[in-house]
Amino acid sequence: MVFNWFRQKTKTKDVAKDRLRVVLMQDRLSLSHGIMEEMKDEVITAISKYVEIDRPGIEFSWKEIDKRRALVANIPVISIKRGATSNDRVTQRSY
Amino acid sequence: MSQAIVITSGKGGVGKTTTTANLGVALALSGAKVVVVDADIGLRNLDVVMGLENRIVYDLVDVVEGYCRLRQALIKDKRVDGLFLLPAAQTKDKNAVNPEQMKELIGALKEEHDYIIVDCPAGIEQGFRNAISGADRAVIVTTPEVSAVRDADRITGLLEASGFEKPELIINRIKPRMVARGDMMDIPDIIDILAIDLLGVVPDDDYIVVSTNRGEPAVMTDNSRAGEAYRNIARRIRGEEVPFLDLSEKETIWSRLRRLMRRN
Repeated sequence: MVFNWFRQKTKTKDVAKDRLRVVLMQDRLSLSHGIMEEMKDEVITAISKYVEIDRPGIEFSWKEIDKRRALVANIPVISIKRGATSNDRVTQRSY
Repeated sequence: MSQAIVITSGKGGVGKTTTTANLGVALALSGAKVVVVDADIGLRNLDVVMGLENRIVYDLVDVVEGYCRLRQALIKDKRVDGLFLLPAAQTKDKNAVNPEQMKELIGALKEEHDYIIVDCPAGIEQGFRNAISGADRAVIVTTPEVSAVRDADRITGLLEASGFEKPELIINRIKPRMVARGDMMDIPDIIDILAIDLLGVVPDDDYIVVSTNRGEPAVMTDNSRAGEAYRNIARRIRGEEVPFLDLSEKETIWSRLRRLMRRN
């Protein structure tokens, strides 16, 4: 019992807040009609200027990385377009 | 200028009906002419919370379907001047009414009353659509729990999409002791997450159960903390600037000891 006095426990209200933040962001995006799809399309269009990508293999998802919300895009690249830019560093990337 | 206010939440059981009843009584006590409308067709409850269940003859659906005149369906509360209840039908379902009819009904009520307070059913379907149509102002009730706050966010989005520019929030059942020890989300936490205007905060109060048992909304007595909070909210609705109740409670060595004993 005495040990409880010294143990700093995570406040459960902070746990609640963090979980709510993630879930609400997902709710808001998936609900606001087609915003996620629209965003995907724009990202694909932008990347397609430089590299040829495998469209059916594209995945967008929400993750929590180091306690932060992250939008993770997995975009398989088929090939780099010739003459894209001089310093081609465009490969598979996470946003 | 009369005003129709819808009390929503998304999630059930957060205190919409209690809030509707208390705000209705508080507004009427301050001299306004008020009608509280139970829009929860098929699951009526505002009548029992108000203590008027034995006086129902006609209901909202009867009015909409033309079986009686609006005035015949309004139940006058004999305890409070200028307060009326329009009860929901208990035997019909939510599809017995459509948003156009509700809008017309609210419009008719506004002609003779200052405030129309509509108790919205839980959920986001037809009943919700009906309850919000005709309202000028929307209030969202939530409690400091993850599920209620999530639903409040969803309702905020739906209300905004329906043209309510600034829905306002009532946070119900705050337990100051739990907030003090960090086991309950506090007011700033919830406001931060939902990003909408705060209309009021109502502390958790056992007296609400007592008042519901009796059918006498808590604002009718002077010794209820929740009742005091609802009176303040009613004044804010009327446009007064009223400071929020101070609900902070420091954790004492005794409450801490008691808590530790209970845990082990």
